[in-house]
Amino acid sequence: MVAAPTEALGYWLKPPRFDYARADDPQAAIELLAEHGEDARILAGGQSLIAILNMRLAQPKLLIDISRSSVLGIVAVEKNFLAIGAAATQSSIEARPRLAHEVPLLAQALPHISHLQIRNRGTVCGSLAHADPSAELPLVLLALEGHVVLASSARQRRLAASDFFTGMLTTARAPDELLAAVHYPLAEPGAGHAFAEFSLRHGDYAVCAVAVVARKSGLRIAVGGVADRPSARNFPPLDGSALDDALNEFAWSLDARDDPMVSAVARRALVRNLGRRAVQEAQHNARTA
Amino acid sequence: MKPPILSRETVHAVQLTLNGVKRSARAEPRLLLTDFLRGSLGATGTHVGCEHGVCGACTVHIDGVAARACLTLAVQCDGRRIDTVEGLADGDGRLSDLQDAFRRHHALQCGFCTAGILMSCVDWLGRISEPSEAEVRAMLSGHLCRCTGYTPIVAAVLEVAHARVAKKADRSA
Repeated sequence: MVAAPTEALGYWLKPPRFDYARADDPQAAIELLAEHGEDARILAGGQSLIAILNMRLAQPKLLIDISRSSVLGIVAVEKNFLAIGAAATQSSIEARPRLAHEVPLLAQALPHISHLQIRNRGTVCGSLAHADPSAELPLVLLALEGHVVLASSARQRRLAASDFFTGMLTTARAPDELLAAVHYPLAEPGAGHAFAEFSLRHGDYAVCAVAVVARKSGLRIAVGGVADRPSARNFPPLDGSALDDALNEFAWSLDARDDPMVSAVARRALVRNLGRRAVQEAQHNARTA
Repeated sequence: MKPPILSRETVHAVQLTLNGVKRSARAEPRLLLTDFLRGSLGATGTHVGCEHGVCGACTVHIDGVAARACLTLAVQCDGRRIDTVEGLADGDGRLSDLQDAFRRHHALQCGFCTAGILMSCVDWLGRISEPSEAEVRAMLSGHLCRCTGYTPIVAAVLEVAHARVAKKADRSA
């Protein structure tokens, strides 16, 4: 066994230097945020944050670790939504025996998120706070018109998904706010849901992902991975060429990005094709619900 | 009550249970669990590949659950149970059923990815008793292997899953 003193490792460590505090009490995390603001980052699962730190794309002065907070790990059905606390992992939600009945879109989307080993640590709220434009959990929240709960030392507020995601990796969270919980609405009777995603390999970032809620009154279609944030639209009940036209118009309304792997043209084709497939599946699920 | 802030300028005691043995060393807050295991504790069975969570080589168990050591800080593991590939074989050096199947199926060539894959499989096979080949491949998507083409790994995992089911059925019959 080699016993190198830790101090000697310092010169080749990947992350930049930061202070660290373990806040098991949400109030302590909020107080630290009030004091340190933009200099601090919340560390929950760390599956995006620590990767970013390893690449030195962020240099926070303080990490506030909430991953071991039992209070923030609470997951519960409340009124008409599933409330998921900031420290609850994606795997813990995936393992809920009745998730497919509670929030069917979450049950359909979760297996697309990265890999088992990442979901074991990655948190639902952490993915929302990170706001990657291709991430599944923000897309599902927007499709279902859910809310986030933001808590600071001064106040607590509920914000709709449509107001929370403001751009590429950007949200309406103020620097002193903790994303304390998220509320995913429970399935309504008679509604059908579907989720479809295309990625270059299983578990990789979505090139395009579509989440659909089909109700008697109409369709709600949300698209992720194409623009700088997920976007959703409501439509009357549609099928056939009217559906194709609506999806084509939706695809062109998004500011589709070219990247070295996938062109904007291909992304628009994916919106049309994944969209149609997901709408048909959601309508089928609504009929059999 | 405000928690103590561990300063970036100095090192802090981290005590954890590694493969059933209490171990401790000092770590500055930014030290990753990978470097703590390998550099500070000398447990070099856990390998380090991409260091951003993609390749899976550094997968260990944190309190029994498979996770990336490269996306975990050593200070986060204070007081926790960490299990690594060194803990899979029994004390006499007899390989576990999974390790033995990997050897027989040639599920490794260079072996760089193997420690991480084994740790994922141990956690996963504990949750899913009769996986399909597609499910095994989905689980393995969290690991990169550049030698085997994955086919022998899939065969080894499926064989162990089937053997465990058969063994259980034999016991309960």
